[in-house]
Amino acid sequence: MSRIGVLALQGAFIEHIKVLRSLDAEAVEVRLPRELEGLEGLIIPGGESTTAGKLAVTYGLIEPIKKLADAGKAVWGTCAGLILLAKHIEEGEQPVIGVMDLAVQRNAFGRQVDSFEADIPVPALDAVSAPSEKGCLFHGVFIRAPLIVSVGAGVEVLSRFADGGIVAARQGSLLATAFHPELTDDARFHRYFLKMVAESEGTSEAV
Amino acid sequence: MEKETGTETVKRGLAQMLKGGVIMDVVTPEHAIIAEDAGACAVMALERVPADIRAHGGVARMSDPELILQIIDAVTIPVMAKCRIGHFVEAQVLEALGVDFLDESEVLTPADEEHHIDKQAFKIPFVCGCRNLGEALRRIGEGAAMIRTKGEAGTGNVVEAVRHARAVMGEIRRLQHMAPEEWMAAAKEMGTPYELVVETAQLGRLPVVNFAAGGIATPADAAMMMQLGLDGVFVGSGIFKSSDPPRRAKAIVEAVTHYNDPGIIAEISKGLGEAMPGLEISEIPEAELLAQRGW
Repeated sequence: MSRIGVLALQGAFIEHIKVLRSLDAEAVEVRLPRELEGLEGLIIPGGESTTAGKLAVTYGLIEPIKKLADAGKAVWGTCAGLILLAKHIEEGEQPVIGVMDLAVQRNAFGRQVDSFEADIPVPALDAVSAPSEKGCLFHGVFIRAPLIVSVGAGVEVLSRFADGGIVAARQGSLLATAFHPELTDDARFHRYFLKMVAESEGTSEAV
Repeated sequence: MEKETGTETVKRGLAQMLKGGVIMDVVTPEHAIIAEDAGACAVMALERVPADIRAHGGVARMSDPELILQIIDAVTIPVMAKCRIGHFVEAQVLEALGVDFLDESEVLTPADEEHHIDKQAFKIPFVCGCRNLGEALRRIGEGAAMIRTKGEAGTGNVVEAVRHARAVMGEIRRLQHMAPEEWMAAAKEMGTPYELVVETAQLGRLPVVNFAAGGIATPADAAMMMQLGLDGVFVGSGIFKSSDPPRRAKAIVEAVTHYNDPGIIAEISKGLGEAMPGLEISEIPEAELLAQRGW
C-alpha cells in the first residue's frame, strides 16, 4: 500500500487524510522533514499559503519537498498548496517550493464574500470514474481561491472556466487545483492522484 | 457555469482553512503586518485589544471603518472584525467593507440582550463565542460557521478558556454515549435544535470548526488548547501586550502546529520576554465578566 503524506503545518489537512483513508490509502501527517521519508506521494492542503510557507521555511521542509518532486514522486497542491508549488506568483510574492511551471494570482476572485461553488468540467477524471460518473462535472468549492493565469509548455490544463481561467493543471507527477475536492463527497480527484502515485512508483527514484 | 456565493459550504469552508492556525487581534496596520510575518492565518481588526477595552470601560462598539480598511489593505491573509451581539447593522456595515469573517463578540458591549444576529442572512461567515455545548449549538442554529470558546478575554489567564473547552468537549462525549431516544431530552435540557444534537452525537465533534479564545498568553497555553481537541486559537491581548510581540507571535504559531511535540514547544518558549500581565478571575467584579454576555 502506498504511503501518502499530507503536509500538516496549518489548514485543512484532516479532510484530505479522511478521503485518502476512505480509499484505503495509508495517510500520515507531515510537520518535520524526517516525516517525508518513505512517502510515495505528498498532498499540500488548503489553508493560508503565507502561514504554511513560513512554517515550511522555519522547519527546513522546502528543500526535501523539492527533492521529492524532482525525484518524480507525486505531489498535489490544493488552493494554498497550488500557490506553494507554483514557480511564478503575481504581485511580488516570492515562490516558496516553486516546482510547477505555472503563474498564479492569489485571491484572484476577490475576498470571502466572493468565494463560490461551481460545477466545472474535468475530462481527465474519466480515467478514474465509475461508468455512472463518466462525463460528470466536478463540484468545485473555491474559497478565496487563486487562479492559474498561464502555464508553461510541459503543463497539461485539466480544467478551465468558460472565460479561459485555469483552475486545475498537471505537470508530470505534479498536480494543482485551485479548489477543494477534499470538501466534497466526490473522491474522483483523490483517486486520480492515487493513480498518479501508482504510475510514479514505477518511474520515480528513491529519495 | 453558475457561481453560487455565500453558501454554507464556502462559509464553513473558510473556517476549515483556518484550522491549525492562530488568529491575532491587531489594532493598527503595523500590527497586522507583524502578525502576518509571524505566520498568523488571519487577523482580527479592532480599535482596542480586550485588555484595553476592559481598562477603558464604557460602551465598546464596532471599530472605525477607516481603520478596518487600512488593515485590509496592509495584509493578504483574511481579516476578521467584531460587531456587538445582536447588532445586525454593524454586521451589515462590516460585510459591506469587505471583511472576510465576522465575530459577534461578547468583548464588545451587547446591543441586544434577548437576540443574537440572524447569521443566515449574511454572505460572509460568522464566528461566535460559547461557554458550553448548548450555547455553541444555538449559535450554529442561527447560522454561525465557526465557534470559539469564550474564555475570559483580556485577562491573560487561560483558566476560563480551559473551563469552556472542557465543558464543550465533555458534553459532546456525553452525547456520544447516549441512546438515540435520549437525544431529544438532551436537546430540551440544553435548549438547542434537535437536529444539531443528533449531528454532533454522530460526528463526535461540533459540526463546525471550534477555536479556543479568551486568555491565551503563551505557546504552552496555545498547545494545551490544541491538545484538548480545539482546532486552532485566537490570541487577543496576549501578543501585543507582551514585551516582544513579533517573537511571541511566531512562537505561538509554531506551538499550534507542533502542539504534540513538547521538545519543540520548550525550544520556542525560551527567552520570549514578559508575557502580558495576568488577571485573577476571582478579582474581577462579576458585572465585568465578559463571558456572561450573550446566551
